[in-house]
Amino acid sequence: MNYFEKDLTTLHDDLVAKRISVTDLVKATFDNISATDPELNAFLTLNQDAALKKAAEMDEKGVDADNILAGIPLAIKDNIVTNGLTTTAASKMLENFVPVYDATVVKQLNEQGVINVGKTNMDEFAMGGSTENSAFKTTKNAWDYTRVPGGSSGGSAAAVASGEVIAALGSDTGGSIRQPSSFNGIVGMKPTYGRISRWGLIAFASSLDEIGPMTRTVKDNAILLSAVAGHDDHDMTTSTKEVPDFAAELNDQTSVKGMKIGLPKEYLGEGVDQDVKDAILAAADKYRELGATVDEVSLPHNKYGVAAYYIIASSEASSNLQRFDGIRYGHRSKDVKNLEDVYVNSRTEGFGDEVKRRIMLGTFSLSAGFYDAYFKKAAQVRTLIINDFQAVLKDHDFIMGPVAPTPAFKIGDEISDPMTMYMNDVLTIPVNLAGLPGMSIPAGFAKGMPVGMQLIGRPFDESTLYKAGYVFEQATDFHKQTPKQGGNN
Amino acid sequence: MNFKTTIGLEVHVELKTNSKIFSPSPVEYGDDPNANTNVIDWGYPGVLPTTNKGVVKSGIMAALALHAQVEPHTHFDRKNYFYPDNPKAYQITQSDKPIAHDGWIEIEVDGEKKRVGIAEMHIEEDAGKNTHARDFSYVDLNRQGTPLIEIVSKPEIASPDEAYAYLEALRQRIQFTGISDVKMEEGSMRVDVNISIRPEGQKEYGTKTELKNLNSFNYVRKGLAFEEQRQQRVLMSGGQIQQETRRFDENTGETILMRVKEGSDDYRYFPEPDLPAINISDDWVNEIGSEMPEMPGSRRARYVKELGLTDYDAMVVTQTKEMADFFDETVKLGADPKSASNYLQGDVNAFLNEQHADLQDTKLTPANLAGMINLITDGTISTKMAKKVFKAITQGKEPKTFVEEKGLIQLSDPAKLQPIIDGVLADNQQSIDDFNNGKDRAVGYLVGQIMKQTHGKANPKVVNQLLMASLKK
Repeated sequence: MNYFEKDLTTLHDDLVAKRISVTDLVKATFDNISATDPELNAFLTLNQDAALKKAAEMDEKGVDADNILAGIPLAIKDNIVTNGLTTTAASKMLENFVPVYDATVVKQLNEQGVINVGKTNMDEFAMGGSTENSAFKTTKNAWDYTRVPGGSSGGSAAAVASGEVIAALGSDTGGSIRQPSSFNGIVGMKPTYGRISRWGLIAFASSLDEIGPMTRTVKDNAILLSAVAGHDDHDMTTSTKEVPDFAAELNDQTSVKGMKIGLPKEYLGEGVDQDVKDAILAAADKYRELGATVDEVSLPHNKYGVAAYYIIASSEASSNLQRFDGIRYGHRSKDVKNLEDVYVNSRTEGFGDEVKRRIMLGTFSLSAGFYDAYFKKAAQVRTLIINDFQAVLKDHDFIMGPVAPTPAFKIGDEISDPMTMYMNDVLTIPVNLAGLPGMSIPAGFAKGMPVGMQLIGRPFDESTLYKAGYVFEQATDFHKQTPKQGGNN
Repeated sequence: MNFKTTIGLEVHVELKTNSKIFSPSPVEYGDDPNANTNVIDWGYPGVLPTTNKGVVKSGIMAALALHAQVEPHTHFDRKNYFYPDNPKAYQITQSDKPIAHDGWIEIEVDGEKKRVGIAEMHIEEDAGKNTHARDFSYVDLNRQGTPLIEIVSKPEIASPDEAYAYLEALRQRIQFTGISDVKMEEGSMRVDVNISIRPEGQKEYGTKTELKNLNSFNYVRKGLAFEEQRQQRVLMSGGQIQQETRRFDENTGETILMRVKEGSDDYRYFPEPDLPAINISDDWVNEIGSEMPEMPGSRRARYVKELGLTDYDAMVVTQTKEMADFFDETVKLGADPKSASNYLQGDVNAFLNEQHADLQDTKLTPANLAGMINLITDGTISTKMAKKVFKAITQGKEPKTFVEEKGLIQLSDPAKLQPIIDGVLADNQQSIDDFNNGKDRAVGYLVGQIMKQTHGKANPKVVNQLLMASLKK
């Protein structure tokens, strides 16, 4: 089976009514993965034995009717640590790393009876936008196996889009949930910074990283966010704000009537494909039709986002990734004569090119004599970008625009050209710099490939994004289209 | 040519908190290697630090004790460097907005009082410990994450004696806050020093050298004195001081070149993104200030003014907070302040030295010391008998009970003493004659005889009075 016909609510009903047992569901999921994944390459590690054991236990005691996630098989991005289950962040550095604790999100899901199917492929340490930077395999786009799934959460996106799983967790530092969601025609939410605990997320850029849900429908996404959001004593950057039951707000009465939507002119400018522009303009018309107003707005400093981001994110990464030193865990070079060799050779052998590139960039940006010109300046630009958004969101309920300038590109096309690759994130990066919630939902197709629309909200107002996304989804049928097994091409 | 000396001191003080600064692991010493560690201390992938609020409070207490300005919006920074005892490869410390700045402490050298400025104080985590064997090195992360306060002096210390006095005063004030044991020998206080000299009249500071392996205040003074002389010799002979790190040799009292510094290390400091900035309200500072233990200076003044101690006595009993608290408590229980001070400086100190113990680790209590002193004051026991009683109270015995058990009560009742005196006089007509002939020595002999008869329990004062009265009859 695949999950194209089901959403979390119907699947939950089936499990509670025992129309299907958890064990049968889990078995069917792994059957589908064995059929699909040898080509798709969405997974790095499968958790089959533990998943079946947990499924049997759940069947024994019955599925909790009050707990919508009980017995639901789900995939987790491989930079989120899972106790006892290999977690590599798609790096040779952590090839055999088995964590001894669970990330807070994993703990929450386990407690709610979710079945962890396995760990999904990604760009190494979440650095990249195509999943080609994985040290182990390149994931394919679920719609076209000659194209990239996007990244860095490419494995999670492909697994959901292909119907291998109904939902997955990803992480987003500069677009890593939204861009692959857009490329694969699914719903991906990067919540407000501080909404979800980062405890157990292998850090890339601590001030930007955020975990988020990736699903086929808006409502499923809302259900999953409510399940993993909230304050965590382990993460002092999490908010104590109450977490709404986001899905409960999505029903026949949900409407965008009277909402004010901002459409930034910079988001439809140079470099954005005409097909993508057309899809977004059509979506704007759809929102007008549904009773909202859409104005052109301006985010004048967003164009500096990519530059500021690559300085801030790389600086934090250069520090965060220093712990991979070959001393306590992870890859240690055999070719060593002294301590410096342990550091230099282990890191030279363990890290891939993109990771090294960013460590060098970050190290440079923080160096004495350069800090003021780079890191400090980038931090100032970040403030200007925050101000841009604040000005627009003061009198707009949310902002809409494309997720990425283009649909999924061909595998191999951009991997040797880092600047072009970096520009893929030009429309998603500013949202991370400002710490705002951003969601990708399916909004059309360009030459057969999905095009995503990005909705950007006020801090901690994921609610409005879900409502607007839900209304759009109900009024369109983009999300109902599914790729053929093996891709359409 | 005359030279001016400038000394800088960086003092690390280890805080006595229950748990580490950024993880819930206990702060304990002497346990098996890595026993007091968890995933945070290991720098495991995915872990995050959480700030121990008690450490911030300790930082504020230290700031108040050193008259420093508390920074209302402070934050942590990362200091990046690779070393096996530094598992994250960065230390969480404070760089551009430390918790407090611009403090001072008063020192006294040769009767001259002087204020030494404190540039800044910051809170940070300690590293683990590497042990090197022949073919391997071992890493113990028990100490990793132990909270530290680093206190940086302004370049206002002008001599090795001033450095010594500064360290004494600093140690004492921090010790009185109770936030640290501040013991050099146990590593809860560590000192890095640097020193430069310049010809009298020159504005710019000279090139400084750093000294390592200074494991006591005395070594700090000796090392600095040697280094001061060495730099003078180099300059006088036309040489130049190199920026270098030198090691103090405890055996020879000399400093030896360890390494020459070329430029400065680049630690790539930047704000710690995993921890929110800390806002310290005036209310919080005031609340902590109102709960602060009384500082030694104010206690000294109080002892002189209210209890009549001499300046010297007041200084000695305020050497440590434990001693001063003990003194306060003893006096509060009715003991004569002067006697309490004398006992603390004399018998108590001798006992502590002999036992190599701290006051709080012995069985001595203020109640028992006060009890003993009160027995002396009311004449129940003599100071001579008190020697035995003191030994007993060091073993935790209650003085009154002990005195009663051992029958140590002094014989002061004239009705009981007079017959004994009469008996001694009857047996010693020769002495009476000697006394009448003006030989005062005879009195001493007679007192001795009376003491012998009473097995030393007679109250000498009463005996003297009664004897003189009898002789003059």
